[in-house]
Amino acid sequence: MILLQGKGVSKGVTSGPIYFFRRSDATVTKYDAPDQAAEKARLAAAQEKSIEQLNRLADKCREEAGDEAAILFETHAMFVEDEDYVEAIMDTLAEEGCNVEYAVQCAGEQFAAMFAAMDDAYMQARAADIRDVTGRILNNLMGVVEGGIDSDVPVVLAADDLAPSETLQLDKSKILGFMTQGGSGNSHTAILARTMGIPAICGLGESLKTEMEGRIAYIDGETGKVALEPDEITLTAYNAKLKKQQEMKVLMDTMKGQKDVTLDGREILVYCNIGSPDDLPAVLNNDGQGIGLFRSEFLYLKATDFPDEETQFKAYKAVAEGLNGKRVVIRTLDIGADKQVSYFDMKKEENPALGVRAIRICLNRPEIFRTQLRALYRASAYGKVAIMFPMITSVWEVKECKRACAKVMEELKAEGIPFNPETEIGIMIETPASIFVADALAKEVDFFSVGTNDLTQYTLACDRQANDLGKFFDPHHPAVLRAIKIAADAAHAAGIWIGICGELGADISLLETFLAIGIDELSVSPSSVLPLRAAIRKSIAKTCTLEKLES
Amino acid sequence: MKQFDYTIKDPLGIHARPAGLLAKLAKGFGDTVVTITKDGNTVKASQLMKVMGMGIKTGNTITIAAEGPAEDEAIEGVKKFLEENL
Repeated sequence: MILLQGKGVSKGVTSGPIYFFRRSDATVTKYDAPDQAAEKARLAAAQEKSIEQLNRLADKCREEAGDEAAILFETHAMFVEDEDYVEAIMDTLAEEGCNVEYAVQCAGEQFAAMFAAMDDAYMQARAADIRDVTGRILNNLMGVVEGGIDSDVPVVLAADDLAPSETLQLDKSKILGFMTQGGSGNSHTAILARTMGIPAICGLGESLKTEMEGRIAYIDGETGKVALEPDEITLTAYNAKLKKQQEMKVLMDTMKGQKDVTLDGREILVYCNIGSPDDLPAVLNNDGQGIGLFRSEFLYLKATDFPDEETQFKAYKAVAEGLNGKRVVIRTLDIGADKQVSYFDMKKEENPALGVRAIRICLNRPEIFRTQLRALYRASAYGKVAIMFPMITSVWEVKECKRACAKVMEELKAEGIPFNPETEIGIMIETPASIFVADALAKEVDFFSVGTNDLTQYTLACDRQANDLGKFFDPHHPAVLRAIKIAADAAHAAGIWIGICGELGADISLLETFLAIGIDELSVSPSSVLPLRAAIRKSIAKTCTLEKLES
Repeated sequence: MKQFDYTIKDPLGIHARPAGLLAKLAKGFGDTVVTITKDGNTVKASQLMKVMGMGIKTGNTITIAAEGPAEDEAIEGVKKFLEENL
């Protein structure tokens, strides 16, 4: 077995014959060109053609990989005409009286060297852009047609490093993965491989040799390992990973666009948990039916002072609009306990999990609460926003929250700012107290959402941050499951819906129990949506039992 | 001639994308020349590769100057661009 170690920059495993990327072999030779006007005319024509190609690539890219990548090619088009670059070409022509190919190559090397010598990794990587642009102009000068991959079967494409335009022009149906000698996680090969969703390994260095062409490579874009003629252990591990990946792929393909419904027709909402607007593409790509938990803490954790109303509003609005009318449950700040923020200036607590956290902060410090509620209600005009309060133990807390909401709505109304007065209000069910008074709480709100991590911690008296509680911290404990059932019964008696937004929601071994309890919604990480959907579609709700609640 | 100082806030500094957009913008003021100065080095804002070659990083303060018939307009335009993008 030959094992190469590089840096995994795009996840996934694949295997196939190694194929080395072939660049046009046309080499530039220098010769005297007495007709300098003709050389300059050739340059102008090649520049024009290059810009035309780059603009076409930008258009193609905008459709396939998004705006960010497209702007790259537009920047390349500007390099083609850059005054210093062109001046360098003209200087060489004037001094040497040579052919324009040679002058272009010299200019390219000069500027690539300038970037390569900079002390900034990002700028060093731009040397590849200059070489890419230079190569394009040369190809156009010499009439070289850019080639694809000359192979009948899909290959693992190997190269020293691939320029962005090279990566994009490749026939993707022929590529299983990438491996390069150079490059980094920031290189274009890595970025585009991730966009395309195929594995890539870079930084293999000299260990990747051209004589490996045609041999079968087994590559793992997570660990950065490449194996040739793998031994049995390596092959078994590879096959296990591949099988998992293939199963996922099958799920992805068949589950998108399907309903979250059991074989006997029980519909259950499968929503996503997110931590910031950046997670939006993952929700949409995985076909989440809504957002069941948008943790607003990110706004507070990344800031150095209280985030203002406008900043919060923008973040909430972005998600509300992104979901295009599907429900977005936004939880008000859940600071305290394991999430500490210095500018909140909190007193040190012996037991922060039992201290002033989450809704307790909000009710103690109405000015912080008001800013967040104003931002939330303003965002409610742009989508189906629902507001959720964490760490509720008492009915009076909910009443106070509702009073704060009513006050904010009055303010906005007086200011003529649009909002949805029908915005749903819900609470987290995560304390034993909220279970015992669930019937009373259910009369006050539009929905419940069970936070299973905290509910387990408080019900079992097990600190979730402690690592050595092991078997004592058991979210499958009948006490936890019974607590969920009590809350669900209370919710349904009051005619409201109940979801689960904790880790347990994605635990497929509990799906039947949740169906038996009558949970209406499961909110999970975006990558769990499709596997969960697959499990739901194989279940029969009416045969599910509550046996896990016994013993 | 009009000028102002600006401190770069973008974590990547003046990288390829905004440099390209800035060069495009700077070319749009006819005979008015827009320059960028950092640590005593001055280049035209339209000189894309040279601007990138200055390696302007986050936290660096640069001086933008404009000279010519449309200098007021150029200064306004570049200021707005920097505030929105860098």
